[in-house]
Amino acid sequence: MKNYLLQLADNALILGHRLGEWCGHAPEMELDIALTNIALDLTGQARSLYQRVAELEGIGPDGTSKTEDDYAYLRDAWEFRNTLLVEQPNGDFAHTIVRQFIFDTYNYYMCRALTQSKDEWLAGFAVKSLKEITYQLRFSSEWMQRLGDGTEVSHAKMQAAIEELWTYSGELTTPNEMEKEMASKGIGVDLTNIKREVDIKMTEILAASNLTAPADTWMQTGGKDGKHSEHMGFILAEMQFLQRAYPGQEW
Amino acid sequence: MKNEWPLWEIFIRSKSGLSHKHVGSLHATDAEMALENARDLYTRRNEGVSLWVVESKHITASDPNDSDPLFEPAKDKIYRHPTFYNVPDEVTHM
Repeated sequence: MKNYLLQLADNALILGHRLGEWCGHAPEMELDIALTNIALDLTGQARSLYQRVAELEGIGPDGTSKTEDDYAYLRDAWEFRNTLLVEQPNGDFAHTIVRQFIFDTYNYYMCRALTQSKDEWLAGFAVKSLKEITYQLRFSSEWMQRLGDGTEVSHAKMQAAIEELWTYSGELTTPNEMEKEMASKGIGVDLTNIKREVDIKMTEILAASNLTAPADTWMQTGGKDGKHSEHMGFILAEMQFLQRAYPGQEW
Repeated sequence: MKNEWPLWEIFIRSKSGLSHKHVGSLHATDAEMALENARDLYTRRNEGVSLWVVESKHITASDPNDSDPLFEPAKDKIYRHPTFYNVPDEVTHM
């Protein structure tokens, strides 16, 4: 259970961190706010999940209990269970939008299925998050079409981003052992079930965006089991610096 | 700055029953984007239940030089204000 929650949380935290990197750098002031707004939604979801894990963990043998910060700031890369997609660099705005769209499509159908979880807390979390995620999918779907079907330059940039990031799209809907177990208990989402819906939505938006997904791409996996790309260490170095250099520091 | 995105005026209904009020403006390339930007810029703190966006160029404004002929004549006609009625205590939202 804890690992399942951590995986959901890590996806949200790392993608939220990546989007936060746009703060002050987005192409337009309005987009700056939009991207950081989504980043805050994701960070908020991650916080709820980490707090829940700490609650489930209870008081350890040494008499202390964990907090959300222990999971965000004091784990190393191999202990993070996020998918490879969310740790990929922002690249240009096209890369950020494509990465967001691929994740949002998965996240929407996953979260919708999660509202039916047998775990009451998790189902409640999903109901609350689904509203945010529905908006996120709408935001990225529209940008896909705006840029994919926009000018020659924007189309070329979007197509290039799709070709680069597509290899990370498969991991989202490919269950690992832990996910299979959680799905069989009716707590987690059966990813094979939502894969069809995810694929249909992707195809629909890609067609509307005048973009083509590469055929027969070899799909990268491993993030869910802690095998990350080289980017992960850099993200953690920045995100965790303060707590590592000044343990327990508050502000 | 000829590549700047068009300007849009944003109106928010703060709760059901009230009318939309102008709250500010923002840049967007199309109406959908204007709605989304407005949602992110102006409704982050629970400010509204409905949004209108209008591209600024569609708004016709009165000329400040005309303010005397337009607005001055209303100033001395206090009988147009419904201030000479007694409002019963049970009536709210007045």
